[in-house]
Amino acid sequence: MLAWTIYISFLGAAVLMLLPAGHPRPARWTALLAALAGLACAAAGVADCRHHAGFGAFTDAVNAPWIAELGIRFHLAADGISLVLVLLTGLAAVAGVLFSWNVENRTREFFAFYLALIGGVYGVFLSVDLFLLFVFYEMAIIPKYFLIAVWGSTRREYGAMKLAIYSFVGSAMVLVGLMAAYVMAGGRTFDLVELARHANSFPPAFQNWAFIVVFVGFAILAGLWPFHTWAPTGHVAAPTAASMLLAGVVMKLGAYGALRVAMTLFPVGLHTWQNTIAVLAVVGIVYGALVALVQQDFKYVIGYSSVSHMGFVLLGLMTLTQIGLSGAVLQMFSHGIIAGLLFAVVGRMVYDRTHTRDLGKLQAMNLSQVLPFAAMTFVVGGAASMGLPGFSGFIAELQVLVGAWQSFPALAILAAVGILAGIAYTLRAMVKAFYAEGAVEARDLPRLQPITVPERAGALLLLGATLLVGLWPQLLLGMITPALNSPLMQPLWKAGPP
Amino acid sequence: MNLHLECLTALTPEIIVVGTALLVLLADLAVAREKPLAQRIKLTGVLSCLGCFLAMAWLALAPCSAHAAMLAVSPVTQWLKEWLLLLTVFAAVLSWNARFTRHAGEYFALLLLAAAGLMLLVSSDNLLLIFLALELLSISLYALAAFDKSSLASSEAALKYLLFGGVSAAFTLFGISLLYGMAGDLQLGVIAARLRAQAVEPMFYAALVMTLVGFAFKLAAAPFHLWAPDVYEGAPTPVASLIASGSKVASFFVLARILLTAFPGARGMVSLGDYLPGWAPVVAVLAAVSMVVGNVAAIVQTNVKRLLAYSAIAHAGYALLALLADRRHALSALLFYTITYAVTVLGAFAVVGVVEAGGRRASLADFSGLSRRAPVLSFCMLVFMLSLAGIPPLAGFFGKFYIFTAVMETAPKLSLLWLVILAVAASAVSLYYYLQVLKQIYAGQPAPSPAWTRPDVSAQVVIVLLAMMVIVLGCAPDLLLGKITELLKSHPF
Repeated sequence: MLAWTIYISFLGAAVLMLLPAGHPRPARWTALLAALAGLACAAAGVADCRHHAGFGAFTDAVNAPWIAELGIRFHLAADGISLVLVLLTGLAAVAGVLFSWNVENRTREFFAFYLALIGGVYGVFLSVDLFLLFVFYEMAIIPKYFLIAVWGSTRREYGAMKLAIYSFVGSAMVLVGLMAAYVMAGGRTFDLVELARHANSFPPAFQNWAFIVVFVGFAILAGLWPFHTWAPTGHVAAPTAASMLLAGVVMKLGAYGALRVAMTLFPVGLHTWQNTIAVLAVVGIVYGALVALVQQDFKYVIGYSSVSHMGFVLLGLMTLTQIGLSGAVLQMFSHGIIAGLLFAVVGRMVYDRTHTRDLGKLQAMNLSQVLPFAAMTFVVGGAASMGLPGFSGFIAELQVLVGAWQSFPALAILAAVGILAGIAYTLRAMVKAFYAEGAVEARDLPRLQPITVPERAGALLLLGATLLVGLWPQLLLGMITPALNSPLMQPLWKAGPP
Repeated sequence: MNLHLECLTALTPEIIVVGTALLVLLADLAVAREKPLAQRIKLTGVLSCLGCFLAMAWLALAPCSAHAAMLAVSPVTQWLKEWLLLLTVFAAVLSWNARFTRHAGEYFALLLLAAAGLMLLVSSDNLLLIFLALELLSISLYALAAFDKSSLASSEAALKYLLFGGVSAAFTLFGISLLYGMAGDLQLGVIAARLRAQAVEPMFYAALVMTLVGFAFKLAAAPFHLWAPDVYEGAPTPVASLIASGSKVASFFVLARILLTAFPGARGMVSLGDYLPGWAPVVAVLAAVSMVVGNVAAIVQTNVKRLLAYSAIAHAGYALLALLADRRHALSALLFYTITYAVTVLGAFAVVGVVEAGGRRASLADFSGLSRRAPVLSFCMLVFMLSLAGIPPLAGFFGKFYIFTAVMETAPKLSLLWLVILAVAASAVSLYYYLQVLKQIYAGQPAPSPAWTRPDVSAQVVIVLLAMMVIVLGCAPDLLLGKITELLKSHPF
């Protein structure tokens, strides 16, 4: 069932390519249907896994020989961690289509690239064979480039190329590390579980360089400071749906890869670099938050907030405690939903109507009265982003902080400062964009197109998801915890410095 | 008597191709003289393709394995010749609507002679015959490169190609003569045996380097690449596509054959901090320089053909890496890579040809907005460019991946890591300029004039076919790799 998430997305892209040009309606519905079908398959896959092997071990979706000469298999499987991210992808995909309902320019191609990107993302989360994972990882780069370069806004060609080159350099680093691990393990298999079994026999010197190369390669995409600079420019240049996906799922590809590949395969290297990366993560948290605090462009605020929030993911991973890691995975889900929501408000609800993202200009428009739904969505989304109890972000960041407190107390305090700055920039943006005091009389309010049904549906979907997880975290934690306790993850907890 | 018969059987495909070349000349002279040019080109073109298909059918149906006189024909070479003929057929079909020449018969006859040279090149294990085949191929290509007589660039390209080619041939020949002086034989296997018996003299390395330099010219490996951009740009596009594809495949194969058969003992070593003289250091340096020079120079190109030329230099670098891998993987990685590369680059040239046929040149701006006018063609170009950049799931990705893994596995493990890191980094740079082309195609605005003319069907069919091959071989590399390993298992060469 799970494998169909990938197939349906690519099939949808292929169908879209075959549709006649110049008819946006069928293209939109095809894309929505494909995204919904993907989400349904993901949900069915979760039920399936619960029923079979549980969330602690990999449940096979497909496992067939692919390239016999090198021992590469077409092996798709999922455990609790990947399932959480597959669900996130499904939700973000549906919401992204809903918020792109107004794309009129080359609609068919837009959604074809969109679905190709989604297919690649599903593929990464479901691959157990690391060659296959890498294939999907790279396949996601190209659609991103075109989505931004063709349909983007501010400095789109620059932003698109920067993102593509950063991603490609990152994946080149990953490739070197993967091939080296393959060769060191005897050159017979790329299977994650098999390779992880060899992890103990990898010499420490090898692990030390391989870990940092692979980890940074992946973490570039997760917005690790100081390699985060693609993120704000890319997010700002991208069309709404693409920024939703970039922040929502593509950054998670990086974090997921860092956890699944770098940390699992090279536990000794992980312990060597643990403190360094934790420091970088905290710098990212604080730096992203402080920069977001002074931005004039509404989208840059959200763009830098993504860097800050992804810092929590990386910090959680580096705590190497159960609670920290579970917080990191939950934060991936939570931030994916919330960032998607905020980008939708900024890009679709506000920018597509007012054609400005300048907070100074928005201040004069009194948007809370003109677009009450947008204001309400941003308030709730902002509250979730600040980490208010009742939303998914609260549980996630709390867990990360508790984990960090156990591992490095000083950094935990700094990260908490980052949370305070997060509250500040969210409130600042909220007030400036929506609730500036009485700048305009009621009769001078700009006339803007009211919020459409697809937008409402998308916003409610994402709000519902973050509330549901916030009020009932066990829903996802029940999947994450068994996966963290699986034998695959054992070396992470055990391997100390030699 | 028997020996002659065996030679004849082994050479039948080549004989068919040469016979077709003569037939094409005759047909053009006798039958088509009075017809309009378009018909003459069609007639001779179709005839040449039929000849190639006949030779392919012979190769497929009458597999033979002979080690007679100067020939070494094995299932691998027969299979490779089928590919070379296929590439020639594609180049010929792309010429079906050529407007650059009035000499239809001569053009296709030369194309077929070049094909015969390619085939002879891969089926010989004697240095003299290798040299002769190389010359047959080169001289045909020199003439073909000059075929656009109305274009100054074409003549310049041909002259440059001739001068560089002549010098490189002199190097090769000199190297071969030195080898002959030392080993007393020209047969690769005998040379290997003799050299093993005697102590290595400095003269041997001189001979080795000379031979390698000659081949580096042929392969357009830096620093012997200077002819490539001008020839790729100036030569008629179908000719350039053959120079970039078929000629590369055959030259790489024969280079691998020489190095791995005649000098397996003189491999040397190039890992960091561990150096032994031999051919491996030379190949490693050629590969490293080619990858860097090709990829960096390609960034600033504004003409797509020149861009493809510099990318070809870079790709020659990647392919040279394969020679450094362990014997188990070297040849299969090389064959997979060069064949998929040839298919891809041929397709890219075909797209350029279609754009040129619409009255444009091949500068980046001429591709602007192509996706709005020719969506299928643009998608195919997307496939070719991304495959060259090494993006999965396209054939170019697996080709590179296989080479890199094989080089890493070379004993002792990870000793060539520095070279792989360089290659991967160079390949990351390359995405930039391939994306420049695609950016024009997808994000650029179509220029209002000249009006877009519908490309002819034959070229479109070839392009779509090639794009499908790139996709299929990328998604299921086992189709090709399985065949290669199966062939190599039974007959190493």
